Amino acid sequence: MTLHLLNKSPQSMSLYSNMLASLSDNDSILLIEDGAYGALSAHNKIFKSLPDTVSLFVLRADTEARGLSERVSALFEVIDDNQFVELTCQNVKVVSWY
Amino acid sequence: MKFSLVVHSSPISQQSAATAFRFAKTALEAGHEIFRVFYYGDGVLVANSQIAPPQDEINLPEMWQALAKQYDIDLVVCIAAAVKRGVLDDNEAKRYEKDAANLAAGFELSGLGQLAEAIALSDRVITFGA
Repeated sequence: MTLHLLNKSPQSMSLYSNMLASLSDNDSILLIEDGAYGALSAHNKIFKSLPDTVSLFVLRADTEARGLSERVSALFEVIDDNQFVELTCQNVKVVSWY
Repeated sequence: MKFSLVVHSSPISQQSAATAFRFAKTALEAGHEIFRVFYYGDGVLVANSQIAPPQDEINLPEMWQALAKQYDIDLVVCIAAAVKRGVLDDNEAKRYEKDAANLAAGFELSGLGQLAEAIALSDRVITFGA
């Protein structure tokens, strides 16, 4: 179980491709900072082919700061800073993509 | 859980430096331990005591100093990255014959061995990239 942190918008598409290529079952993805743009419904196709065991999260503070709260895809769960810390505890490894 | 953090991002221009601080504060308030914060690359600029952010902007150097004091956290700055960017303690200022040292109180210049040790001794290492 690995948590993948990604902090760039989908403009950095190769970053997303590299992360997706390295995913295993039961991994989680947390989009932070400009990564919050990746959680827009408009970008659903990036994540659509993932297995159901992969969980998708986006950080609340970063979606709110960018005015995206109403537009986050249903594929994502919006979490606060405390849940961010909990996710890093639940997963054995934490990998940052930046 | 025992955490260490690696901060690569500049406190002046990159959000990730602030995210690292928020993560540290949240983890500590939830009862976790931060063993060490290792500043690397442009992240070392946080230890420049001459930084004077405008009043209405966050002051990450002061925020880290206060947090480290309250929770007894080791704030380690990569010495090679720091000297290259003009962040010097007394020893390095003398060694390079510079006018003054400017390493902020509460921070310490050291090498990658401190990062390796943090990785070995922590349950989780979280990297905050540029």
